[in-house]
Amino acid sequence: MVQIIAQELAKKQRAISIAEFFEKNRQILGFDSAPRSLLTAVKEAVDNALDACEDADILPDIMISIEDAGGDNVATIIEDNGPGIVKEQIPKTFAKLLYGSRFHAIKQSRGQQGIGISAAVLYSQLTTGRPTRIISKIDRDKPAHYYELIINTSTNEPEIIKEKKVDWDRSRGTRVEMEMKASYVKGRRQSVLEYLKDTAIVNPHARFTLVEPDGNTVTFDRAIDTLPEPAREILPHPEGIELGMLTKMLRYTDRQKLAPFLRYSFSRIGLQTAQDICKTAHLDVDADPHNLNLEEIKKILAAFKKVKITAPSTDCLSPITEGRIYKGLEKEYSVDFLFTITRAACIHTGHPFLVEVGIAYGGSLPKEDRVTILRFANRVPLLYQQGGCAITHAVENIRWKNYSINQPGGGIPVGPAVIIVHVASTHIPFTSESKDALADIPEIISEIELGLKDTGRRLKSYLSKQQTLSKRREKEEIIKKILPRIAEKVSLILDKPTPDIIPIIAKIMGNLLVNRDISKNGNDLKVNISIKNYGTSALKFKLHDAHAFPIRDADPEPKLISLGRDTDHIWQIDLKSKDKQSIVYNLPFISIDEVTDMPELIIEGLEDEVVNGAKAIRGYPDE
Amino acid sequence: MNSRQRDDNTAQTLVSIIDRIYKQIESKTVPNIILPTRTKANIEYNNDSEVWVYGNKESMRSARTVKGANQILKMSYVVELLTKEHLENNRGSTLRELYYISENWDIAKFKEQPESDRLIEDLEIITSLQREDFHMRPEEDGATIFGALRLKENTKRGERIIHCRDDVGEGGYQIPFNVNNIDLLEHDAKFIIAIETGGMHARLIENGFDEEYNAILIHLKGQPARSTRRMLKRLNEEFNIPVVVFTDGDPWSYRIFASVAYGAIKSAHMSEYMATPAAQFIGVQPSDIVEYELSTDKLTEQDIKALRSELSDPRFDSEYWKHQINLQLDIGKKAEQQAFAGKGLDFVTQRYLPERLTEMGVI
Repeated sequence: MVQIIAQELAKKQRAISIAEFFEKNRQILGFDSAPRSLLTAVKEAVDNALDACEDADILPDIMISIEDAGGDNVATIIEDNGPGIVKEQIPKTFAKLLYGSRFHAIKQSRGQQGIGISAAVLYSQLTTGRPTRIISKIDRDKPAHYYELIINTSTNEPEIIKEKKVDWDRSRGTRVEMEMKASYVKGRRQSVLEYLKDTAIVNPHARFTLVEPDGNTVTFDRAIDTLPEPAREILPHPEGIELGMLTKMLRYTDRQKLAPFLRYSFSRIGLQTAQDICKTAHLDVDADPHNLNLEEIKKILAAFKKVKITAPSTDCLSPITEGRIYKGLEKEYSVDFLFTITRAACIHTGHPFLVEVGIAYGGSLPKEDRVTILRFANRVPLLYQQGGCAITHAVENIRWKNYSINQPGGGIPVGPAVIIVHVASTHIPFTSESKDALADIPEIISEIELGLKDTGRRLKSYLSKQQTLSKRREKEEIIKKILPRIAEKVSLILDKPTPDIIPIIAKIMGNLLVNRDISKNGNDLKVNISIKNYGTSALKFKLHDAHAFPIRDADPEPKLISLGRDTDHIWQIDLKSKDKQSIVYNLPFISIDEVTDMPELIIEGLEDEVVNGAKAIRGYPDE
Repeated sequence: MNSRQRDDNTAQTLVSIIDRIYKQIESKTVPNIILPTRTKANIEYNNDSEVWVYGNKESMRSARTVKGANQILKMSYVVELLTKEHLENNRGSTLRELYYISENWDIAKFKEQPESDRLIEDLEIITSLQREDFHMRPEEDGATIFGALRLKENTKRGERIIHCRDDVGEGGYQIPFNVNNIDLLEHDAKFIIAIETGGMHARLIENGFDEEYNAILIHLKGQPARSTRRMLKRLNEEFNIPVVVFTDGDPWSYRIFASVAYGAIKSAHMSEYMATPAAQFIGVQPSDIVEYELSTDKLTEQDIKALRSELSDPRFDSEYWKHQINLQLDIGKKAEQQAFAGKGLDFVTQRYLPERLTEMGVI
């Protein structure tokens, strides 16, 4: 009886086809709703196109066309100018799940599972019963190959419905056309348009053309004519390896002895380290890696932790680079301020990663809305599950008020800004298989926070400069536009001559202009404070410059008063009308990044309304 | 003083504001205007007049800021309009018209009507005059009076003597915007009842409440217009008849009562002219909701916020109001005047009002 049940079960197990597997895992694969299904298909095709172009040193030019196909169906065409696919590879590339060249490589790449485009093909055939049509051409002089493909759902093998040579007016590239149950949506974050916009930002070397169902064409143009540095493949690093993976590597290795296996299968393990590991694990350096039992494998894992191994190399990472993100943001947003930074590579659980952060501020961005967060992992935009993502959490952890951005009730700040965060890694720790959100890995969150704080400091110093400028502009509006009209109107009402407003203009504009300029001077920073008296009478006051940095070579020398952590540098100044004076000093061995939030200069002894460019305090009369 | 002389005086007062600005410029002072601060924090009780007026806190609008400079410029334009168009030619315009007139003023144009309304209030405060003196008309209709009251109105088409029950339809006598054009002649009333909603006003007329209890009914139409409040004050002072106020039982209605009895925060400079400190609140009181088991609605977030704000409003700083407001916050309910209909159409006139009026010593 028992046996019969087991036999029944076995039959059932065999009957689970990949179609059923697909049905059961639709969410994981990104085909759960009509709008998302389209987005996923486009995303997989665009990822492939970008990767292919970059591998072949070609500036990507990608066309995405979406059409209504009647009923609930949508037809999608994605065409690239990439290297094309050799004829024999075409069926497997598109119509076999888990077929791909990237699955085993330890380097940063967009797609990693090779499930992508064939999942879209499968979805298309399951919802419409129609094959996917491919045209690919590898060279101007070679023919273009046309295929109609479906996936055999019981064998996971491609089934060729039709194949022929065709004329194609492109010199090379690949064109994928599929029809599926899906819908094209607009006006929200999770849409093809937004996805392409985000993708265009982080791939400023690519051009995207989107043809929407209503025939409207949107072009995301190229801002840079060079390709990003390619990422290199590296061997896995021992620190990030898990038991299952190690077991698999041991079983399938060609090496016959343990020490060489370790040395040539992992990065950062040399002759000496390999011997140290064997010794620590109490295993023979000549042991056959294929014959190790579970206990022994666990010992190796433990030894990886005990033996000192150099951190993995980070040149397998391919940052977008701060310059490219800057260009990307610049072309897609019209803003007043941009700052981007690529941070140095770090390690999380044995995997190298690096964080890039950028901010776009002002311009036409909405002032009252929450800040837009653009999240990217290995150059791919993350559009879903914003609330559950480590990037969002890092943004929320920052106290934005310190950087002059509102954050009512904590959480995501409010203001005319777009924050962009890119995490690049050989292993992106997603919260789930659907790859929508990054897991809260402390090392990653901390790196993102450091990047955000840096951008925040830059923004703050920009805004405070703007404030001084806008105060100045406001005053100009008063004296140039409003005040003359007041004088004119009141004299008209009273039927008297127009009074002279020049003395009042001087009062409104203020008399003393103070400016602190900080510039690089070798390893030091040079600080130059210029003061000019625009007024008609002499001014006598004290200038305070209080900060924590030791100063050198000051001219003239200030009086110093310790304020605990900070030191107050005080100059007594006497300026005749129309006179100016400069104060210079050096800040040795300090980088410009450290002084972005230097406190404001303080003028003691003058009214605030007289002073521009510094804070005025009344102060105490001199003894 | 005839109206011609009054207009000349008004014009002179307005021009003196401009003169002050001119002199400031001449003496190399950045032009400025000083006004009392118009917030809840700056109203105080005047023991002599028994109403709430602005306190001593002042704020200065100076041409040092764009906002202040614009305000001074706009004020100059408005003064020019009031003196040269209105007062000199015996014309007038409405507050809304003023806003539209400013379209031709280039950078002195008002951005929205509240801005021009506020500037007129500023001028009232500075000059201690009323907007009626500037020939500025309000937009809203005054309220209506229904009851045994005879008055004389000087209209643009001559004098009219009107009895506010016998000479008018069921709609009642409409109070004109300038109550100074009315002479109160005689009355036959024990008290005046001011009612917030049209529904309750109509209910009292239908039930013959005015005749049965010798009452003058005044329909406030929500937050009462200035002319309505001025009329109430004059009736109360000149005839020495008590005034009671009957509103819904929610925080917004208590503010209607407060503006009748104590003056509004926005127009505290007019309190002595418009507030009727002798006015009493009949209801609907939160304690009525409990006592008469009235049908209720839940308090909304805004209601609760408004009630809390009233607890710190000096006008509600009395044992009575603190008790009622806290009670309402406790029960979390509010009731409309018309909730009394749930007890029968005659309940409000046969039972509730007589009970309350007796309790208050009015009848």
